[in-house]
Amino acid sequence: MRLLNLFKIAYKAIILNKTRTLLTMLGIIIGVASVIAMLAIGEGSKESIRTTISSMGSNMITIRPGADDRGPARGSGGNVQTLTFKDYEKIKEQTTNLISYITPMVNGGGQVINGSNNWPSTIYGVNPEYLNIKVVDLQSGSMFTDTEVNSAAKVALIGQTVVDNVFPDGEEPVGQMIRFNNIPFKVIGVLEEKGENTFGQDQDDVVIAPYTTVQKRILAIDYLNQIVASAISEDDAPEAVIQVTEILRSQHKLLDTEDDDFTVRSMEELISTFSSTSEMLTVLLVAVAGISLLIGGIGIMNIMYVSVKERTKEIGLRMAVGGKGSDILMQFLIEAILISITGGLLGVFLGLGATLFIENFLHWPTSVALYSIVISFAVCAITGIFFGWYPARKAAALDPITALRYE
Amino acid sequence: MKKEIIKINDLKRDFTMGTETVHALRGISFGIEEGEFVTIMGSSGSGKSTMLNILGCLDQPTSGTYEIDNVSVKDLSRNELATIRNEKIGFIFQSYNLLARTSAIENVELPLLYNSKVSTEERRERAIKALKMVGLEERMDHTPAQLSGGQQQRVAIARSLVNNPVMILADEATGNLDTRTSYEIMSLFQDLNKKGITITFVTHEPDIAEFSSRTIVLKDGNIIQDYKNDNIQSAAVELAKLPKQDN
Repeated sequence: MRLLNLFKIAYKAIILNKTRTLLTMLGIIIGVASVIAMLAIGEGSKESIRTTISSMGSNMITIRPGADDRGPARGSGGNVQTLTFKDYEKIKEQTTNLISYITPMVNGGGQVINGSNNWPSTIYGVNPEYLNIKVVDLQSGSMFTDTEVNSAAKVALIGQTVVDNVFPDGEEPVGQMIRFNNIPFKVIGVLEEKGENTFGQDQDDVVIAPYTTVQKRILAIDYLNQIVASAISEDDAPEAVIQVTEILRSQHKLLDTEDDDFTVRSMEELISTFSSTSEMLTVLLVAVAGISLLIGGIGIMNIMYVSVKERTKEIGLRMAVGGKGSDILMQFLIEAILISITGGLLGVFLGLGATLFIENFLHWPTSVALYSIVISFAVCAITGIFFGWYPARKAAALDPITALRYE
Repeated sequence: MKKEIIKINDLKRDFTMGTETVHALRGISFGIEEGEFVTIMGSSGSGKSTMLNILGCLDQPTSGTYEIDNVSVKDLSRNELATIRNEKIGFIFQSYNLLARTSAIENVELPLLYNSKVSTEERRERAIKALKMVGLEERMDHTPAQLSGGQQQRVAIARSLVNNPVMILADEATGNLDTRTSYEIMSLFQDLNKKGITITFVTHEPDIAEFSSRTIVLKDGNIIQDYKNDNIQSAAVELAKLPKQDN
C-alpha cells in the first residue's frame, strides 16, 4: 500500500519532467544498447568461427611429427621423420573405442598437368576413410578402394579448383588422365566444393590419392607427414587426444623427462584458440560499453542531485504533512530506479534494433545472447540503486524546518 | 471543562550559534482547549517561529514539556514526530506550498498518502469532502497555476483538514494575500472554527487577532500577554464593509 503510493509519487515526478528524464535516460539507453549490440557482434563472430571450423570436421584429430610448433622460432614439424606407419597401425588398433576413422597422410606440392593446362596444387596421400574424416562428399565418380591402396594404384580424386584450372573447357574429368609431377594418374572422382576455410585456405585446391602411391611414386619416403583421425563424437575428442599421446610416447620410447616428439591436436583446441581471440575482443567491447553505462549512471546521480536541490521545499512540505525520512528516501530511490530501468528497457530495444541493422546492412554475423539482456538489465537496476542512493539519502536527511524555508 | 489539546509547561528552546547560546524561548507555559481560535503574535525575534516549529512537531524543546492530544512530544524520534504531524496537525503556510503542476485534489490527498491506514477510495472521498468545505469542489482538477492566490490557500486549507487533525496550525496564512482575500480566508477559518475545529494562527498582523477568540503575545522568548477576546469581529461582516469591486 505504502510502497504503491511512493511508486505513484515517483512516477508523477518523472512524468512532470519528461524531457529532462529522457535526457537523463539517454546515457543508460546508449550504454545498454551498446552492451547488447557489442555482445551480439562478439557472440556472432565466435559462432561463425565455430561453424566454419566444424565444417572442416569438428571431431578431427591431427597428429603431426615434431614438438608443439605453436610457439615462435621452432623448426617446421613437417620435416621431422618420426611419424611412421607403425604408429598409425598402433593407434588404429588401440583406440577403436574412441576413434571411428583414421588415415595416414603424406602430402607434397607439385604441378597438375592435363594436356596444355597446368596448375600448381598439393597432393594428399590418404586411405579411403579420409572422406569421412574431412566430411567431404563426392560430386562425381567414386573413392579409391583398399585394394587400390595396397597396390599403390595411380588413381586420384581432384577438387573443384583443380578441375576448373586443368579442365577449363568443362569436360567431364572422371576417367581422364592427368599428370602430377609427371606421374600419370587416372581421375576417378571429383570432390564436392567446400570453399575457403576460416584461414582463407582454398579447400578445393587438392588432389587426393592413395598414400602408398604418393609415398612411393611421388615423394619417395617411408614415413608419414600426418595421421588424421576422427573421434566418435566431439566429446570423445579430448580423451582420444590423451590416449593417442600415450600410445605415441610408448611407441617412440620416450622417457618421462623427454618432451613429446609429435603434436596431437583436436579441432576443439583450434576452436578455443580462435574463440579466445574473439572473446578478448568481446571483453574489450563490453568494457567500452560498460564505461558508457557507468557514465549513464553518473548522469542519473547528477540529475537526482539537481532534483533533490530543486525540490527541497517540496521535500519539506512532504515531511511536514507526515512523510518520514524513509518515505522520502524511497521516493527518490524509486524515481532513480524507474529512470534507470525504463532507460534499460529502451536500451534493450535500441540494442536489438542496432543488432538487426548490423546483421542486415553491414552483414556482420551477430547473435543476441539472452544473458546479455539479463545482465545489462540487472546492471541498470543496480545502477539506479547505486547512483540514486546518495542523493536520496541526502533528501531524507533534510531538516523539515530548513527545507520548508528554502527558497 | 473542555478537553485540553495542547499542554505546554515551562518550555525552553536554546540554539547554539558558534560559542553563543541564543534563548529563543525562555520558559513558556500555556494550554489550548478544543475549539479555541488562538492567534500567537509577536514581532520578529520574539520566538514566534520557534514556537510554531515546536507546536508543529517540527522541532523539539530543549527543556520543559509539550503534550499534544495527550502525547508527550519530548522524547519522540524523527519518525514518531512525522506520524504525529501526519495524524494530529494540519499545516497551512504563508506561501501555500502546493505541489506545482499537480491538481488540487491530489494536493489535498497528499497527507493521506503517508497514512497507510487510509485506502485509495477513502483518500479520494475525504479529499473531495475537504475541498467541499472550502468551496472548491468545482476546481478539484485545476493545478495551482490555474488558481488565484486565495483559491490556492483554500486548497492548502483543505489539505490541512483532510487528515482530521486535532489542530490546524497556520503560519502567516494571509501574509501573501490582499485585504479582501485575507478577509475571505479569515471568514473561512471562522466558519471552520464554529464547526469545532481548533485553530492556532501565528501572525504579526494585529487586525488578524481581532477575528480570533484568544491572543498570545510573545516578546523576547516570553509571553507578555495572553487574553481572551470578548469582542470577536466577524470576518464576513468586515468583508461586506469593504468597498465593492467590479471584477
